Amino acid sequence: MGIEPILFYSFATVLLVSASAVITVRNPVRAALFLVLTFFASAALWLLLEAEFLAVALVLVYVGAVMVLFLFVVMMLDINLARLREGFIKFLPVGLLIAVVMVAVLVLVVGPEQFGLAKFAEPARHNADYSNSRELGLILYTVYVYPFEIAAVILLVAIVAAIALTLRHRPTTKYQNSTEQIAVQRNQRLRIVEMPSEERK
Amino acid sequence: MPLIFTQLQLALPEIVLLGSTCLVLIVDLFVSERSRGITYILAQMALLAVFITLLATSVGKTSDAFSHTFVRDALGDTLKLFVALSCSVVFLYAKNYLKTRDIPFGEFYVLGLFGVLGMMILISAASLLTVYLGLELLSLSMYAMVALQRDSVTASESAMKYFVLGAIASGMLLYGMSMIYGMTGSLELATINTKVLEHQHDIVMMFGLVFVLVGIAFKFGAVPFHMWVPDVYQGSATAVTLYIGTAPKIAAFAMLIRLLVDGLLGLQSEWRDIVIVIAIASMAIGNVVAIAQSNIKRMLAYSTISHVGFLMLGVLAGTPEGFASAMFYTLVYTLTALGSFGMVILMSGYGFEAEHLDSFKGLNQRSPWFAFIMLILMFSMAGVPPFLGFFAKFMVLKSVVAIDLVWLAALAVVFSIVGAFYYLRIVKLMYFDTAQDSHSLEISTDMRLLMSVNGLLVLLLGLKPDWILDLCIRVFPLA
Repeated sequence: MGIEPILFYSFATVLLVSASAVITVRNPVRAALFLVLTFFASAALWLLLEAEFLAVALVLVYVGAVMVLFLFVVMMLDINLARLREGFIKFLPVGLLIAVVMVAVLVLVVGPEQFGLAKFAEPARHNADYSNSRELGLILYTVYVYPFEIAAVILLVAIVAAIALTLRHRPTTKYQNSTEQIAVQRNQRLRIVEMPSEERK
Repeated sequence: MPLIFTQLQLALPEIVLLGSTCLVLIVDLFVSERSRGITYILAQMALLAVFITLLATSVGKTSDAFSHTFVRDALGDTLKLFVALSCSVVFLYAKNYLKTRDIPFGEFYVLGLFGVLGMMILISAASLLTVYLGLELLSLSMYAMVALQRDSVTASESAMKYFVLGAIASGMLLYGMSMIYGMTGSLELATINTKVLEHQHDIVMMFGLVFVLVGIAFKFGAVPFHMWVPDVYQGSATAVTLYIGTAPKIAAFAMLIRLLVDGLLGLQSEWRDIVIVIAIASMAIGNVVAIAQSNIKRMLAYSTISHVGFLMLGVLAGTPEGFASAMFYTLVYTLTALGSFGMVILMSGYGFEAEHLDSFKGLNQRSPWFAFIMLILMFSMAGVPPFLGFFAKFMVLKSVVAIDLVWLAALAVVFSIVGAFYYLRIVKLMYFDTAQDSHSLEISTDMRLLMSVNGLLVLLLGLKPDWILDLCIRVFPLA
């Protein structure tokens, strides 16, 4: 047995264990951290599939940015753990039933019967000097240039929407304007008043 | 001419729109609060530019570009022209409404234009990828537009609902697309269509088809994925409701045609049954629940759901005539909805929303002309001859009867009679009840003019519907 199956099974075990930990641990911060581990394990599985770019993107974007942000939010929220777990037993049978149905449907639809090696041949293996990121880059800016540009416009709309929804100019807000502070004139700060000198009493 | 230029020329309307939208975005940053009118004029000019480039670069034959992700054909050109036209009407109706309310003026127009770009991309989509991206661009703009009214609790609530439900629907659509991609190995709709017959009885293909249909039904607001429609229509500012309720329906129709006809025509016998169920459920729930509504925006939302059911009848016929009648129905519905939501805006004054049905009481005494326009619109929605809505319903029913589904046509007629009740109730309120307030309506001249044209078009085109009908029949060549 080569090293590859060993790597696959160990990362797959880590993935399954941490994924179930996400929904079973009591502490939401720990759940978020387990989600990070889940992402990390799936990135490793992608690496085994020779999809380096996806693996790197998953680690950089999800582990590095999204989950850190998520952790911040979770830590800042005042979550009542007791209330969060209310009704866990009550809803368990329904939840389990839905889960079983989902698993059954998934096995039926994307199981080996439909997508097995008999129907789809194993993809060709590439040499060590093959760069998945380079290949992606080559078609991303040629074949998929139109969708790529649309994705850029979607990001622009997201920026416009985020600013439009959060930026507020309220006249009552108090803030420092450093430009005005630097450009201040002498007469704005100090008023010299002329008055007749008075006799000391 | 190098290849890239021919390709860019095909996408010139989209490029012009993107460029001018960015221009509007930048100019809006620098104009002062008092000269906001400039943003409006620029937005209208952007739509005009799109309209002109669409006509000028029209080639009359189907050609694709950017490695089969973009298609330019007669169907797309016609739908895009109507999208640009109806958005231009929306912008005009919305202008004074926005000025008197605490809704960011420039952002409404910028997001509106980005939405138009999304619709055009969706209409011209030739691959699953562009269908999804166009849909997201359109939806994202609309979520933001609903939320623009920041101080309104109902607007924020409906924006949140719309966003969460829309995200779930997008996820379902993507899941279905991934199944279809997994089976056919291609994202191009044309290639999928040739390969789909090999996998006709595959369970994975069925799975993908069902999920894609869920995405389409959600976008249209068809039952059972209609829950967002009444809440979003009622919760958003009327100008935003006007936008959401009109042009995006044309884009949704294009999405349906691209996915089900361009991509999955081979599975027609499979999707027909599902669409029949969706159509009957939409007509039933839409028409029956609309009767119980006292808010006119909510009532019109349920009326939308029932009209979507009617439109689906044309699609499920599966013949070129059926598709043409569904397209005719979509365009007629858009024109009538423009007028109806426009009337709600027109009746709303400063700080007053004419949302309740009672606001229409005795409109005849306050403004006989606009009561007459509303009468035309309501009669057309109900399908009374000789108004345009009657011919739309007639064509759709004809195509259903042509494939021997007479029971379905009879059912549709029953539901449309049920629906006539709540349209005629508005006519009754306007003509036979006494007005609650006797203020005369304050309406700007341009709105007065366009509203009259809009209403009269519903009447005049109803007398002579051949023109639009021919347009619709021409874009679906007999296969």
